[in-house]
Amino acid sequence: MKKIQVLGTGCPKCRKLAENAEAAAKAAGIEYSLEKVTSINDIMKFGVMLTPALAVDGVVKVCGKVPGVDEIRAILS
Amino acid sequence: MSARRTCDCSADTRTLLACSGASNVGQITNDVAKELDAAGEARFFCLAGVGGHVGGMIESVRGASQVVVLDGCPVACARKTMEAAGLTNYEYVVVTDLGVEKTHNFNLAADDLARTRAAVRAKLGPAACKP
Repeated sequence: MKKIQVLGTGCPKCRKLAENAEAAAKAAGIEYSLEKVTSINDIMKFGVMLTPALAVDGVVKVCGKVPGVDEIRAILS
Repeated sequence: MSARRTCDCSADTRTLLACSGASNVGQITNDVAKELDAAGEARFFCLAGVGGHVGGMIESVRGASQVVVLDGCPVACARKTMEAAGLTNYEYVVVTDLGVEKTHNFNLAADDLARTRAAVRAKLGPAACKP
């Protein structure tokens, strides 16, 4: 199971990233869990200083932008 | 991430990385980066995190709208740190190239700071956020 984490305090871009990540995971047909990490302290534990960010299985893949569904699907696969 | 930036999603993401080395020119990079961050012109970012290969930090730099790297001298520790992390898209300022002599005197001259500040400002583009 892929662990997808969306890092951000909950602004519209963070929410859009979560939507795209969920759509990408469903399109890829994978088993996944989606977690929204909204605490600044928890976000900082990833070393992320620029949100929104996307982590997969604990590894930060994208920072500071909202990747599209296709881009996230490629990351997941 | 400072308290005034509870969310960077819509913030200006122009980023400064300074060598912050143990010389006058290294400390000039540090002071100028702090000043420009405090003035809201760019954000000062942790070069040690990049050197330590902290994945989130490297991706944060990669995601910035613009990056300016400040080295004090031609030893170019900051530039080498960036390149070792695979980060190559940045503007670059070397303080000794601005006519400042490298010493171990940490009483930084106002004129040297001003010259460096101006050089960094000249490299900084307009504020921009990635979509």
